[in-house]
Amino acid sequence: MNRLRRLFIAPSAVLLAVTLVGPLVIVGLYSLLSRGAYGGIEQPFTGENYTRLWDPLYGEILWRSLWIAAVATALCVVIAFPMALFIARSGEKRNLYLSLVILPFWTSFLIRTYAWMFLLRDTGLINTVLQAAGIIKDPLPMLYNNGAVILGLVYGFLPFMVLPIYATLERLDPAYAEASADLGARPLQTLWRVTLPLCAPGIRAGAILVFVPCLGTYITSDLLGGSKTILVGNLVQNQFTDARDWPFGAAASVVLMAVAMALLLAARRRGEELL
Amino acid sequence: MEPILELRGVRKRFGAQEAVAGVSLSIPRGSFFSLLGPSGCGKTTTLRMIAGFESPDEGEIHLGGGRIDHLPPYQRNVNTVFQNYALFPHLTVRANVEFGLRRKGIAEIASRVDAALDQVRLAGKASRMPAQLSGGERQRVALARALVLQPDVLLLDEPLSALDPQLRKQVRAELKDLQRRAGITFLFITHDQEEALAMSDSIAVMNGGRVEQAGPPEEIYRRPRTRFVASFVGAMNWIEGAGLRPEALRICRTPEAGLRPATVTVTTFLGPVMHVEARFENGETCVAEVSANGGSAFREGECVHIGWSVSDELRFE
Repeated sequence: MNRLRRLFIAPSAVLLAVTLVGPLVIVGLYSLLSRGAYGGIEQPFTGENYTRLWDPLYGEILWRSLWIAAVATALCVVIAFPMALFIARSGEKRNLYLSLVILPFWTSFLIRTYAWMFLLRDTGLINTVLQAAGIIKDPLPMLYNNGAVILGLVYGFLPFMVLPIYATLERLDPAYAEASADLGARPLQTLWRVTLPLCAPGIRAGAILVFVPCLGTYITSDLLGGSKTILVGNLVQNQFTDARDWPFGAAASVVLMAVAMALLLAARRRGEELL
Repeated sequence: MEPILELRGVRKRFGAQEAVAGVSLSIPRGSFFSLLGPSGCGKTTTLRMIAGFESPDEGEIHLGGGRIDHLPPYQRNVNTVFQNYALFPHLTVRANVEFGLRRKGIAEIASRVDAALDQVRLAGKASRMPAQLSGGERQRVALARALVLQPDVLLLDEPLSALDPQLRKQVRAELKDLQRRAGITFLFITHDQEEALAMSDSIAVMNGGRVEQAGPPEEIYRRPRTRFVASFVGAMNWIEGAGLRPEALRICRTPEAGLRPATVTVTTFLGPVMHVEARFENGETCVAEVSANGGSAFREGECVHIGWSVSDELRFE
C-alpha cells in the first residue's frame, strides 16, 4: 500500500524537484555569488547583492510594485464579483459566459497587451475616434503611466478572479439567500450581508491568483508603463538582460518571493481568524 | 375559528409537471397544522409559495386577511425553518437570531434575542458559531431565529429529518410545547405520518399535487376518505378490497363462525404489542397487532383464525 502510494507520487515529486525546487536553489545560489564580466556568475560568495538592494531607489520600486498589484487586485474583485454573480445566475447560458471569460487565453498575452497599446496611444483608436467626433482636441495621455499598467493587469488577470468566485457561488446553497429574504432582507442587503461574506474563500483564492503574478509582472509594465513605471519584475529582467548582473537580479527575485510569501502567510492567518 | 392563512385554488407548474394542482387550505390561527405526503406530492412547493420563494401560476394566498401571493419574501410576515436550517455559517448564534430584527429595524434587539435564545434553551451558546453546535442545537437556533420575529405563521420544512431518530421523538414534544407557549401558528411539512399524527391539531394529506383530505389526526386515521390516505396514514391491511387497521384484526387458535383460517409467517415482538403477519388461504397477507402479554405467543407456521367486525372495514370506490 505504502509502496504503491510512493510509486504514484514519484512522477510529481520528480517533476517538482526538477522544475521548482532546482531552479529555486539555483536562484538562491546565484544571489550569493559575484557578477561575471559578460553575464553569468563568478566566485567568491558574497552578501553584497542583498546589501545593494537596501537602497531607497529599490525600496521605491518594490513599494510601487506592491501598491500597483494591490490596486489591480482590488479592482479585479470589484469587477469580478458582479460578473461571477451574473454568470452563476444565468441558468443555461452560464457555460457560454464561462467560455467567454476564458476566451482571451487563446491569444498570447503579449499580443493582447500590444492591442491595448494600439487602443490607448495618442494616435490610437480611442483618441482618433474622440478627436474625429470633436469631443477632445488634444489626445488624452492614456498610455505610459501607472493607470495604463493597472488597466493592463486588471484586463489580463480578471479571469483568475472570476473563476474562483464563480466556483464558490455555484456551490453556495441557495437556501442561505432564501433564509435572508425570509428574515426580511432586501436583495441588496442579502447580497452584502450573506452572499458576499460567504464568497470570501473564492475572493481570497482569486486575490492570491491575481496579486502574485501582478507583483512579478514585467511585460505589462514594460509595454504599457513606459520608462517611468519600473516594477520589480522589470528590475529583475533588466539585470539578467541589459545589465548582465545575474547575481543582483537573483537577489532581487529572492526578495520579491520573500515579500509575496510573507503577505500570503499573513493573509492566510487573517483568513483563518475570520473563519 | 378564524383562519390566519388561506390558500385558494393555488396551482404551480414546473415545465410539463404540475407540482401543485389546485390546493385550497384554511389554517386556523394558533394551530399546529401539518402538510403530510410522500416526496413529490407538492407539499414543499406549497410551503415555498407561502414563504414567497415561488409564485403561484393561479390562485390566491391570504395571510391575516391580506393577499400576499404577489409580495416578495421579505415583505411577508411568515418565517421559515429550513430543512437543513440554513444558519448563516459566518455569523454567531446571536448574530443569526438578530439578523431579522436588524433588517426590520426593530428596537430592543438585545433583550428580544436573549428571550428567544432562552426560549430554546441556548442562552449559554450565543457567541458560538453554527459549526460548533450539535444538530439539535442548530435546529433550535433556526427556531429562535424565526420565532424572534413573531411571524403570523411559522413554516417548518421537515425540520426533524436532519436529526437522528433518538432525538426526533424528544424534539417532537419540545416543538409542540414551544408552539403552545409561543402561541404562533405552525405549518409543519413532513412525510412522516407518525410525526404528523403525534404533533398536529390538523393534518392535510397531499398526493399528486392535491389535498386528499384535511382534518384532525383522529379523523384522518379513523375515517380516511380515500384509499391513498388510508394506506399512507397508519398501517393498513387490504383484505378482499376492504381496508382494516392491524389493531382491528382478532386472532384465535380455535375456529369460530366468521373467522378465516390463515398461517402465521412472521411474528415481531414490540414490547407491549406484537405484530403477527399471516397468510390467508387465497394468498392475501395481513398484519395483526395483538397484545403481547395475554397468553402464549403465536409461532411462525402456526395455523390461526382471523376475524374482525364489519364496522371496522374501510371501503373506497
